[in-house]
Amino acid sequence: MSTALLIEQLLNGLQFGVMLFLMAAGLTLIFGVMGLINLAHGSLYMVGAFACAAVAAATGSFWLGLAASLAAAAAAGALVEIVVSRRLYDRDHLDQVLATFALILIFSEGTRWLFGSFPLYLDIPSALSGAVELPGGARYPLYRLAIIGVGIVVAAGLYMLISKTRLGMRIRAGESDREMIGALGVDIRTLYTVVFALGAALAGLAGALVGALQSVQVGMGEPVLILAFVVIVIGGIGSIKGALIGAILVGLVDTLGRFLLPKLFVAFMGPSQGTTMGAAIASMLIYVVMAFILAFRPRGLFSANA
Amino acid sequence: MRDGVGMTRETAIGLFLVAVLLAFPLVASAMGEPFYITLATRMAVLALAAVGLNVALGLGGLVSFGHAAFFGIGGYVAGILASHAFNQEPIFSTPFAFMGSDRMPVVWLFAMLVSALVALPIGAISLRTSGVYFIMITLAFAQMIYYFAMSWPAYGGEDGLSILSRNTFPGLNTANPLSLFAVCYGLLLVALLVFAVLRDSRFGAALLASRQNATRLAAVGIAPFPVRLAAFVISAAITGLAGALYADLNRFVSPSMLSWQMSGELIVLVILGGTGRLFGPVAGAMLFVMIEFVLGGITERWQFFLGLILLGVVLFARGGLVGVLAGKVRHG
Amino acid sequence: MAEPVLSIRDLRKTFGALKATDGVSLDLRPGEIHALIGPNGAGKSTLIHQIAGSLRPDSGSIRFLGQDVGELGVAARARMGLGRSFQISSLALEFSALRNVMLAVQSRQASSFRFLKGVMRDRSLIEPAMAALERTGLAPRAHVPAAELSHGERRQLEIAIALALGPKTFLLDEPMAGMGPEGSRALTAFLDGLRQEAPILLVEHDMDAVFALADRISVLVYGRIIASGTVDEIRSHPDVRRAYLGETA
Repeated sequence: MSTALLIEQLLNGLQFGVMLFLMAAGLTLIFGVMGLINLAHGSLYMVGAFACAAVAAATGSFWLGLAASLAAAAAAGALVEIVVSRRLYDRDHLDQVLATFALILIFSEGTRWLFGSFPLYLDIPSALSGAVELPGGARYPLYRLAIIGVGIVVAAGLYMLISKTRLGMRIRAGESDREMIGALGVDIRTLYTVVFALGAALAGLAGALVGALQSVQVGMGEPVLILAFVVIVIGGIGSIKGALIGAILVGLVDTLGRFLLPKLFVAFMGPSQGTTMGAAIASMLIYVVMAFILAFRPRGLFSANA
Repeated sequence: MRDGVGMTRETAIGLFLVAVLLAFPLVASAMGEPFYITLATRMAVLALAAVGLNVALGLGGLVSFGHAAFFGIGGYVAGILASHAFNQEPIFSTPFAFMGSDRMPVVWLFAMLVSALVALPIGAISLRTSGVYFIMITLAFAQMIYYFAMSWPAYGGEDGLSILSRNTFPGLNTANPLSLFAVCYGLLLVALLVFAVLRDSRFGAALLASRQNATRLAAVGIAPFPVRLAAFVISAAITGLAGALYADLNRFVSPSMLSWQMSGELIVLVILGGTGRLFGPVAGAMLFVMIEFVLGGITERWQFFLGLILLGVVLFARGGLVGVLAGKVRHG
Repeated sequence: MAEPVLSIRDLRKTFGALKATDGVSLDLRPGEIHALIGPNGAGKSTLIHQIAGSLRPDSGSIRFLGQDVGELGVAARARMGLGRSFQISSLALEFSALRNVMLAVQSRQASSFRFLKGVMRDRSLIEPAMAALERTGLAPRAHVPAAELSHGERRQLEIAIALALGPKTFLLDEPMAGMGPEGSRALTAFLDGLRQEAPILLVEHDMDAVFALADRISVLVYGRIIASGTVDEIRSHPDVRRAYLGETA
């Protein structure tokens, strides 16, 4: 097996990880600050993708679409927070799960109503449509590298935001003691809306970026959401660092697993059986890893004392 | 003050619902409308699945967002046993050749057994966590099984598996819709009885206490973990049984029975009817199937309205249908 | 001297830079009430958690009934006979007072994996539970949900539950907290009679109760026992006075 192929898969894993990080960061922030488990996060991902595709199709510009996706997702997030989420902060987790599950139904069917059941297509912007030479001779899509770049920028940006700004300070304070910061006069309601919208924007960004790689359709968000849950369970709820490391881990394990396991099994079981077995095990691999990590650290790797 | 003697409002409402569920298909049969018998059977099977979840969720407070795993496992057990029996191919040959089965009681036994066996490790790992972790982990495990089923071609993969002829039950023609309903309804009644007995037993007391205050339970000397694990396994077995019935009803099993949407639907069934209430699952299943049928007849986008209804129930009508009708729970 | 029922040796627990328990050694002898007092932040709660089993000490030993219980969890120690009441009432709020106590009876009979017989018709559970409620004066309120009991009644319920366990030791964490003078007096009299059944390790702030009840008092300050002795010895102990009243005392 060639180095080029391996490097390509590694980069794919990294790119997948980045995308998961965008989802997981928002989820873990929302849980860390507001104590809310938000199943509708996948819907916000979808909103971002649809907004980007629709605006890009209408204006011909991917970049305008991207801007629209951020705006639309943030707006949708803010709306959800004001109308629904803020009634849920004091409720038990079951109510939160159910209400946000209801939101999934509303968003999914609502989107189908607006856009129909057929997927939308989003093209990679021409500026990023080329490929780059990698060591070993492979050519890797520039767009995917750009996504990895976006991930690094966002991770750095979040780090700066949380550790160096006043908003970040309030977020950190809110994570450790919700009641206290209210007593100290911080405007909780606005803070919560901002945090929610921020998380939503990140999800929308992820959706828009991936929309150009796969198709944009209703229901695209939930599989990613569930993987994002795995990420924050592994990384530790409430920890952005955990989300980053968990996301890269999940992205790499999943991608490399799907690439390598069939080959491994084929060596033992012959081509047809081996491919099937390998593919089946590869699809379960990340959950097995999660179970393994939980066996030793039930609160994840970097639990932020949630 | 209530010590169980005499009829309470909640019991009366529950028995009424159970009677309606029986009357409905009988009337439909008399009127020659077999479709409605099938609808009622669907209600009964979903109610059974919800009774299972109600043990873990309603009594134990364990928010399992992965119960579709057991529903689907029950379905696949039914499908696999039936297909091997039909094709006369052994599932395994040593120590003896097991050719599958198309006999309901055998299928049910296996469905419950396999579901319970899978629930054991899942529960053992998941129950070491709590709160949101538990929710996400049960969801993740169900997804794992879902993806496995999708990528395992021997039993249909993404396309699912057909059950070509309905499994048999001694003494009944199960192809007859009313007979099938009777079987499912009978099992539902048995499950309700099991639930009631469980809830009122010492085990039930420990389980109810573990939901209310696990610290207190440990402080009196009862470790919460074994109680919860047992409840989780029992809950899985009942839901698995329902899955087998569901597959038999539809003569088809597919990975969608294992999906997160199905897990959500199961939770909805329990909540709609009233979490922890004996007859909650019956109320919830009847309500859900009616909504699906009536709204689905009006618009293809009926799930949008289901979402709105659910949101309304969570935000405003806590306690579900039985809660609204019968008032607060008294544990005595 | 008889073998102590509870024996703690050189217990240590640190949280980061904070030495919550700094080499604590303590005995509880049969038939005695041993009070543990100390200013706020002294580490009394941390110590109780370690004895009960909900917190693991960093080092040191805890022996109960002659056995090292360091590896045992909360439930196991409770089954051995360590009866505990909580500083902030910890009850199954939806259950009635009776059902709360029945849980303890059920645990004592070691039979939680019984699936058939209904508990509300089970006299072997109800009678001992009612007896415990009678002793604490809560019998008239037996069927009231715990959530609807007054603060004082909840404290009584905590004691009733501990009684129903038939414990070999009582670990009482500020049972007088939040009780008015009437309630405190009644509870003090009650605890006085209780010491015959099992020795009591009593954490308390209420000095009247402590001086009335205690056979021995240990004073915990910044995680260490600075003095231990009879009521008179402690009352006149200079270190104790300093700890409570400051240098000027």
